[in-house]
Amino acid sequence: MFTNRARGRALAGATIATLTVFSLAACGNKSDDGGPSAATSSCVDTSGDTIKLGFLNSTSGAMSISEQTVRDSLGLAMEEINADGGILGKQIEAVEEDGASDPAIFAEKMEKLLTGDCVAAVFGGWTSASRKAMLPVVEANNGLLFYPVQYEGLEASENIYYTGATTNQQIIPAMDFLASEGVETLFLAGSDYVFPRTANKIIKQYAAELGIEIVGEEYVPLDDDDWTTQVAKIVKAKPDFVFNTINGSSNVGFIKAYYEQGLTAETTPIISVSIAEEEAPAMGHSVTGQYAAWNYFQSVDTPANAAFIEAFQSKYGANRPTSDPMEAAYTSLYLYKAIVEKAGSFDVDEVNAASDGVSFEAPEGTVTIDGDNHHIAKTALIGQINEDNQFDVVWSSETPIEPDPFLEGYAWWDPAAE
Amino acid sequence: MTSRTKVRDTRLRGYAPLVAIALLAVLLLVVAPATLSQFRLNSLGKYLCWAIAAVGIGLAWGRGGMLVMGQGVFFGLGGYAMAMHLKLEAAGPGGVPDFMVLYGDGTMPAFWEPFRSGPFTLAAIVLLPAAVATALGWLIFKRKVKGAYFAILTQAMAVVFATLLIATIKETGGFNGLNQFTTFFGYNLYDPVNKQMVYSIAAGALIGCLVVAWQLYRSRFGELLVATRDAEERVRFLGHDPANIKLVAFVVAAVMASIGGALFAPIAGIISPSDVDATASIFLIAGVALGGRALLLGPALGAITVGFGRTYLSEQFPTQWTYFLGLLFVLVILLLPRGVGDLPRALRAGLRGRSA
Repeated sequence: MFTNRARGRALAGATIATLTVFSLAACGNKSDDGGPSAATSSCVDTSGDTIKLGFLNSTSGAMSISEQTVRDSLGLAMEEINADGGILGKQIEAVEEDGASDPAIFAEKMEKLLTGDCVAAVFGGWTSASRKAMLPVVEANNGLLFYPVQYEGLEASENIYYTGATTNQQIIPAMDFLASEGVETLFLAGSDYVFPRTANKIIKQYAAELGIEIVGEEYVPLDDDDWTTQVAKIVKAKPDFVFNTINGSSNVGFIKAYYEQGLTAETTPIISVSIAEEEAPAMGHSVTGQYAAWNYFQSVDTPANAAFIEAFQSKYGANRPTSDPMEAAYTSLYLYKAIVEKAGSFDVDEVNAASDGVSFEAPEGTVTIDGDNHHIAKTALIGQINEDNQFDVVWSSETPIEPDPFLEGYAWWDPAAE
Repeated sequence: MTSRTKVRDTRLRGYAPLVAIALLAVLLLVVAPATLSQFRLNSLGKYLCWAIAAVGIGLAWGRGGMLVMGQGVFFGLGGYAMAMHLKLEAAGPGGVPDFMVLYGDGTMPAFWEPFRSGPFTLAAIVLLPAAVATALGWLIFKRKVKGAYFAILTQAMAVVFATLLIATIKETGGFNGLNQFTTFFGYNLYDPVNKQMVYSIAAGALIGCLVVAWQLYRSRFGELLVATRDAEERVRFLGHDPANIKLVAFVVAAVMASIGGALFAPIAGIISPSDVDATASIFLIAGVALGGRALLLGPALGAITVGFGRTYLSEQFPTQWTYFLGLLFVLVILLLPRGVGDLPRALRAGLRGRSA
């Protein structure tokens, strides 16, 4: 019995030793070049009548409620473009994947779309975590990603087009609006992740420049609904305005606690950057009179928007609202079509060479691509929520603001400061 | 004569698992790299990382009866230790990880500094989870916490760990986690040859863990562990301290989870709180339950199947795949409560039952 055991033990030891040697000897290729090699040959097939594009949104998990709306508007844009003759005469064939609200899955699916399905470009992503996870993959394979959500800036990849706002098109205009309203004290409330943290870093530095005093700063984990203690601090601090960078369903808990503790839009108004037409109805009348900073509202009065809303509602239902990220996703597909047709090619390098100055009459107004940083010039808007949970535009930057993701044009900005 | 044949027979049967492991080794190290595309091989590599953690769960839960619901914590300790090293490799000598410059003031917390060293990182991947599991296990098992209380406690650990990671955005990257690695101990991670090397290491580690598990299962310790699972009080009366026996299994499971996590980071290219939270921990448990928790190969094959199922179903049915996966779990638990690996025995028992 024991000798048997001892023999087994020796055998196990020998096996492990062999395996270790085998694994370590599994020939690696050591090179000094640490970064991704951009010169990966593309497998995109442009010979047929169709062109494959990837739609990568979360259709399961916590983010699916938001990302499904983006998927829907991408579907609408594809249908319209195909009915109109496609891109460079080729019909779009969408390969749909589920990011499952998990950054690691976004990275995996991106690789599958680029190397397995050989799509010409991918449209999607929502959270900064998902974008950060896709970034190295899309760069390593020299692919293209069109990202449709406002975000915290401080990024510019050759392989990503950002069709949502960067901070100087949403956060900074919102601060300008507050200054024009004579706000002197401001309270910051946000979800605990990168967008609110970075936004608040910018807000604090710009507030110092504008002479606005920050009287409090509170964070709650993403998707945590209990804001009772934090709102109590707002009641005590009595700020002129609250700057809300909470994302997702946590907003419902925040607005509820706000209303219950006696704060109103008249006494202590809130300006939000993540509450849109999609989210406002969930909060009913307790959110009436509050403000939001975006680049698109369903109420925007342009011919392109009227057509967009009509097409969207006839495809998906008359009660479906349209929101900023949906519009940015819709616009992204049209922008891609415009760049490809300008370049006369689906090749990523040729697309990038042609992208500068490409513009589109989007539902939000005219948008133009900046070829250097791959963001787009957008008009900033401030809306006030009315009885119907729609937004009345109360302030506008009037003209499109050039994107400045690294805030290089703002002397007060110091990325190294707290 | 007959007795001697019988002895030889049982001895041969004793090595049958080793033959199965060897077969798996050939499949993973020879057949898979030769037949799968780079992308599929990389995905398989990810499943293997979960499988490594699953082998540990098989030991702790299948053999030891401890429902470890928070293995994501140890998976995360290994994953983050490795990711910190890779992040510092990417930053270069004296460099600071990019996210600390973007979201903080550009200074690096002191606990990151030792992870610049490769050997320190490798040691930390083994010793850190071992130390944490020993401390936790000591407190838990000496106080005779078991059953549902133990399961809830470990699950709470995973929640606390993920919440802590999300809250420490300047130290750990928060919700975004750590990604954008460039090299793995000097090897460019974007080179297909090196990707295959990392895959081979994961496959080798899994085989190694299986051999360790096999050896533990047939040792006196393995027998004591099963005895503790089935009748803890009797083991105590026989003069053994069940706490020590459980502690060893818990620590080994933690180290295996950590090794899985450490290999997951370079293979997936990212580690974030959603890879180590309570949901991720439950996915590990689900794989083990599916494959058969008390069997040697059951947990690993179950974890690989769940990983493959997630990928395959989500590609085929991007919007409804979670329902299919849920249905699969329900069916297995209903029809094969001891896991799919139990199918041959269940069939045999079924046939015998019918003939009787």
